[in-house]
Amino acid sequence: MRYSILSLLGNALRSHRRWPAAWRNPQPKEAYDVVIVGGGGHGLATAYYLAAEHGIKRVAVLEKGWIGGGNTGRNTTIIRSNYLQDQSAHLYEHSLRLYENLSSTLNFNIMLSQRGVLNLAHNEHDLRELSRRVHAIRLNGIDSQILTPDQIKAMVPIINTSPDVRYPVLGASLQRRGGVARHDAVAWGFARAADALGVDIIQNCEVTGIRRGDEGVEGVETTRGYIQANKVGVVVAGHASVLAQMAGFRLPVESHALQALVSEPIKPIHDTVVMSNAVHVYVSQSDKGELVIGAGIDGYNSYAQRGSFRVIEEQMGALLELFPIFSRLKMLRHWAGIVDICPDASPIISKTPVRHLYFNCGWGTGGFKATPGSGHVFAHTIARDEPHPLNAAFNLDRFTGGALVDEHGAAAVAH
Amino acid sequence: MLLIRCPWCGPRDESEFHCGGEAHIVRPLSPDDLSDEQWADYLFMRSNPKGAHRERWYHEAGCRRWFNIERDTLTHEILRIYRIGEAAEDKKRAKAKGKGA
Amino acid sequence: MSEQRFRLAQGGRIDRERPLRFTFNGAELTGYAGDTLASALLANGVRLIGRSFKYHRPRGIFAEGVEEPNALVQLGQGASGEPNARATQVELYEGLVAQSQNCWPSVDFDIGAINNRLSFLLPAGFYYKTFMWPKKWWMKYERFIRRAAGLGRAPTGPDPDIYDKRFAHCDVLVIGGGAAGLMAAQAAAKAGARVIIADDRPEPGGRLTGTRTIIDEAPATEWVDRTVADLDDAPEVLRLQRTTALGYYDHNFLTLLERLGDHLPSSARSGDRQIRQRLWKVRAKQVVLATGAHERPLVFRNNDKPGVMLAGAAQAYSNRYAVRPGSGAAVVFTNNDSGWESAIDLADIAGMRVTLVDVRSELSNPRRTLLRRHGIELLAGHAITDVHGNKSVKKVSVAALDDAASGYSGRHRKISCDLVCSSGGWNPAVHLFSQSGGKLSFDDQRGIFIPFESKQPQFCVGACSGTLELGAAILEAREAGKAAAAACGFKKRASAGALPEIEQSEQTPIRLLWSTPSGSGGRARSKHFVDLQNDVTVADVELAAREGYRSVEHLKRYTTTGMGTDQGKTSNVNALALLSQTLDSDIALTGTTTFRPPFVPATFGALAGREVGALSDPIRTTPMHEWHVEKGAVFEDVGQWKRPRYYPLADESMKDAVDRECLAVREAVGILDATTLGKIDIQGRDAAEFLERIYTNNWKKLGIGRGRYGLMCTEDGMVFDDGVTLRLGERHFLMHTTTSNAARVLAWLEEWRQTEWPDLEVYFTSLTEQLATASISGPLARPLLADLAPDIDLDPKAFPFMHWREGKVAEIPARIARISFTGESSFEISTPAGFGRSLWEALIQQGRKYGLTPYGTEAMHVLRAERGFIIVGQETDGTVTPIDIGMASMVSKTKDFIGKRSLSRTDTAREDRKQLVGLLTQSPTEVLPEGAQIVDREGPLPMPMIGHVSSSYYSANLKRSIALALVRAGRSRHGESVVVPLEGRNVSALITAPEFLDPEGSRARS
Repeated sequence: MRYSILSLLGNALRSHRRWPAAWRNPQPKEAYDVVIVGGGGHGLATAYYLAAEHGIKRVAVLEKGWIGGGNTGRNTTIIRSNYLQDQSAHLYEHSLRLYENLSSTLNFNIMLSQRGVLNLAHNEHDLRELSRRVHAIRLNGIDSQILTPDQIKAMVPIINTSPDVRYPVLGASLQRRGGVARHDAVAWGFARAADALGVDIIQNCEVTGIRRGDEGVEGVETTRGYIQANKVGVVVAGHASVLAQMAGFRLPVESHALQALVSEPIKPIHDTVVMSNAVHVYVSQSDKGELVIGAGIDGYNSYAQRGSFRVIEEQMGALLELFPIFSRLKMLRHWAGIVDICPDASPIISKTPVRHLYFNCGWGTGGFKATPGSGHVFAHTIARDEPHPLNAAFNLDRFTGGALVDEHGAAAVAH
Repeated sequence: MLLIRCPWCGPRDESEFHCGGEAHIVRPLSPDDLSDEQWADYLFMRSNPKGAHRERWYHEAGCRRWFNIERDTLTHEILRIYRIGEAAEDKKRAKAKGKGA
Repeated sequence: MSEQRFRLAQGGRIDRERPLRFTFNGAELTGYAGDTLASALLANGVRLIGRSFKYHRPRGIFAEGVEEPNALVQLGQGASGEPNARATQVELYEGLVAQSQNCWPSVDFDIGAINNRLSFLLPAGFYYKTFMWPKKWWMKYERFIRRAAGLGRAPTGPDPDIYDKRFAHCDVLVIGGGAAGLMAAQAAAKAGARVIIADDRPEPGGRLTGTRTIIDEAPATEWVDRTVADLDDAPEVLRLQRTTALGYYDHNFLTLLERLGDHLPSSARSGDRQIRQRLWKVRAKQVVLATGAHERPLVFRNNDKPGVMLAGAAQAYSNRYAVRPGSGAAVVFTNNDSGWESAIDLADIAGMRVTLVDVRSELSNPRRTLLRRHGIELLAGHAITDVHGNKSVKKVSVAALDDAASGYSGRHRKISCDLVCSSGGWNPAVHLFSQSGGKLSFDDQRGIFIPFESKQPQFCVGACSGTLELGAAILEAREAGKAAAAACGFKKRASAGALPEIEQSEQTPIRLLWSTPSGSGGRARSKHFVDLQNDVTVADVELAAREGYRSVEHLKRYTTTGMGTDQGKTSNVNALALLSQTLDSDIALTGTTTFRPPFVPATFGALAGREVGALSDPIRTTPMHEWHVEKGAVFEDVGQWKRPRYYPLADESMKDAVDRECLAVREAVGILDATTLGKIDIQGRDAAEFLERIYTNNWKKLGIGRGRYGLMCTEDGMVFDDGVTLRLGERHFLMHTTTSNAARVLAWLEEWRQTEWPDLEVYFTSLTEQLATASISGPLARPLLADLAPDIDLDPKAFPFMHWREGKVAEIPARIARISFTGESSFEISTPAGFGRSLWEALIQQGRKYGLTPYGTEAMHVLRAERGFIIVGQETDGTVTPIDIGMASMVSKTKDFIGKRSLSRTDTAREDRKQLVGLLTQSPTEVLPEGAQIVDREGPLPMPMIGHVSSSYYSANLKRSIALALVRAGRSRHGESVVVPLEGRNVSALITAPEFLDPEGSRARS
């Protein structure tokens, strides 16, 4: 059923008892053309584009828990494309453009709110890096500008731009088209649209093994039996190494807990997205009124979806330096997602040593903004057995040759 | 919030330590003899297991000593703490890949 | 003063001698010390407290403690205001000011209530289905949606209060000061354990202070008082009241939030350094969770109206606060025995006319008689079918439950009342247990989740472990207290104390009823509220299940049930049960949701503690810092250091000051505070061998008394740090690092030495804080130093470039190194930090006749750029190899070093990598912005970029702008023209060698 004003009214008259399921709850079939392992935003998007753009209909998404339950449902929902390196800028911008039409593409309101993303600088080194980034982004055809502290204050009056704080705000970059979206809706929207195209979304189905033959991948062992597949695409974020091990190789990623938190809901007070790498803050306000705040990464490997409390404490100190009036607000809950981090802080969207087995991983702390773009180019890579031009640089081979796509931002200042 | 028993200082809060990642990755003795693939394997590839993980920790705000921990990455339970140079629990593997003297 | 019409004439734990005035929505009211805001409002007959999140329905006080979903208020005003305060936990104080939230213009007449009329259009998840037309209008809709959402308002200024943190360690940490918690603490303490007991209420006793329980044939509070006195006498027991456990983390680490000032009138808070809240960070060997249980409401039509309340809450208001929660008649709706106890107290204590509606029909005659004795009418096998009244309950409809399609039989009877109490059983408060990693199991009979398997050293006792019966709970708690102490090594030193005597009463099993029937098969239960704060109804839960949101997490996210500030304490289990009923699956299989910390919302300020403002990060200063301050230096933050950036004279601009400083160094002599550079003392038999492996160049043959510039790489071949290292002896070196990398380099050296090369004998010590360094630089540096160091032969032949000497400078012991970052003849003079300022002032004093000019980091940057010297982190960014920056000659061909192998990989060996070059703009006054990108020629976007400007300055010495850049294949392109596109214009520039001045380096050597 298409969502429209008419369908909404019609269902209201029937006390909403006729809404159909947004997606089916199918039993796994014996065999598929493509099996996508991982029912997060990236996996569901991949399945959707496989069906929508590559005409592959026998597609299954296998999710060990519930769709969108990993990092898709645990991130701070920021969307932007202001990346330094050309390859990254192009990939994230591709994703942002898909996002801009996603609600209508999927007929599901993902609540994209392009309220602007500010990245703050707190020292001369930050300013220099910000300038480098803004210049590069602009020449890549992406909107970006530098703001002075006064302009920042005008845009975000509650931010403390006093020069007397420990690390004063010296400037910011602004990407106006950046913003936030409703994270769950992205997963659900892709799931519903993919399901409508015949994709089987199978939840509570954990992959326990990857079967390989001489010709490459043959299928996957799951908690619900063996499923044959011509091609397998793995997009499981923090668990990428676990799946790689099943396929007999290792990845250049490590899994860490990344924490986030929300405040109690309050009336609108913060209308944009503010990020600061130097003092480590990122904060926006959800439509519900909660401040959504990103904290840091625990230094040790973890699959626990549970972080160290000290990260939250440090986060709060930094937040209150920037936003002193938040001090009496209350943290409603904090949680962690398991992010897989590459040495160059860029993702891997690649063929693998096993034929017809493809991996999409290593998104680290920034995967949500890439969801549609990642799915789009990954679907291309799987369907054509060769990368899309936008993900050619993000292959596994770069770690052998050394052509890393470094997005750490520059190393700390030194003189 | 891990409680880590430093082999020299005793039990201390996690915040005094720095995790140095996977342990027992031995630096090749003749890097020039390796192919790019072999070098990349040493440089970047990690086992990153879900479960028991042997890793190096540094008591940065304490005695500044490095030591090894075997820790469950799912439960965060610390299974074993041992000094650099001590064999990893898996004796065979320790012989083949054991780090240091 | 109002009269507190609903205050009972006697009883309660309030202090009637201490009336307190407060204001709610502008009305001046009175309560007593010992009241909460909720009990005081009830005492004054205030029923309508706020409006609900989505439909703006009128809401009153629903619970009595932490689980309250409705009664959220805006507390205080201005900078010290607090949104979303739970009235049930706000202790009353003189002058308290509170207001209703989420309503406009007033809680009585709220425009937003239109949403209630439109609620048939706005089921769960309707946002996802609409607001998509016209395309891209979401941003417009969003503005209105955002304004309607949210609850209270943020404070308007910086927080006037301060917050504190404290670490604590103990043997046994007991969470909860109710019967079980007290008993466990006592047992552990008697065994000799160090005990901390934390209780979230102002006084201990938990539910015992809200009931008429008898222990040892006396009111239970007497037992509480005895036990508490016992605990307070024990030297190793710390009892914390008003202290809520927030989070349970790995390795028995818990956070507790103690409210020290929230109950005090504002006069007692301001002025002195009164701490508002304190965060305790406790590491316990053993934890005893005695967190109790939360009563779960029954779900029936219009169960959200002001006047509908949890039965145990109504009972506690009567007992603890001597408040009659309604005016005359009450209907208690229950499916379990605790509703009976509440009904009896409402009748006996509050003097209300009570009708007890029990869904159970099989009730024994003695029990029925008991009710009659208290004058309570019993409707067994009945349920409430609807609640009537607008802003307050006026009547309820009841009917007999039946298997018929409608769910009811017989006629619906209306009962007048203004209080409706419900009890659906008690959910163990397993939040902390679950946070600790513990596994839950579902008890089908009682419909509750109980702790099943602990993952940490802990015990669950009393109601939180599902042991609801008091006697059993106390026994369980005593055993756990003993066992916890024993696990800490305290064997039975003393008896754990006698078990108190508790009266047993007849019990009838609970009859689970997750929601009353709708009354007709087809009618949606769209006014049967499950989550009161977020307005989630039974119909919403069913809709979510129908639409495929079948996981409990999907349900939560789609309907927002359990996502409010109460975190679903009264709604989660009901929602879960209704979901599994809809899906016709087992609750145990549907699974429970994850309990995330904190247990209750926690003040940001308390989480940050004192690490705000000046204390947010340490400030590092050099021994000469005060001198810089006195001379009006402008500082920049470099890591944690404060470094002088330039020293403006009078009204001098930054540019004028930097120009003057730069000229002085090239023409006379300048002085720089170089203390912040990292300094690492390296000693041991294998020191030289170690440096050989760390640095890209050769070190073994470096003579004693000499120094050498070194470059270190990460293992992937990228420049990591640089600096000069001096050889102080055969087995002794002093390494200089960049300022911000000092700690990282020390850790790096330790890592390689300890983990990879433990056979090497070499030791590292940071000397950064121990030494102060002044660098004098310029043609007049030598005569200046000669004046102060007559004993040292400064002749360039006797003391050549890149050598060091020890001696006295102005009678101060010093090490002097001929190191130059400016390209001029320079002397870096280091002395123990305590002499730093004396040395500096001696140099300044003597320097007057040479025109000695202090210069800051900005001039230093310009001067080094004139010579083409790199700054790690500015010319390099973690992707730059030594070869890229033109230092191939520094890279040994003959030995291995960290990162060497990486330089011969296909990408790192490419000839057309980005390489360091100089850039000269056509116009000598045009200073390119640092970070600007470089292209071959202008063109349409996106423009292919070939590099970027890494450093760019106006050079007063060269009387023109200069820039350093990294450009693709730049070394082979000297003399070529490139374009730097800026906003709105393009600047053309010439690629040159990076050395703009004295390329041979003769001035530094002179």
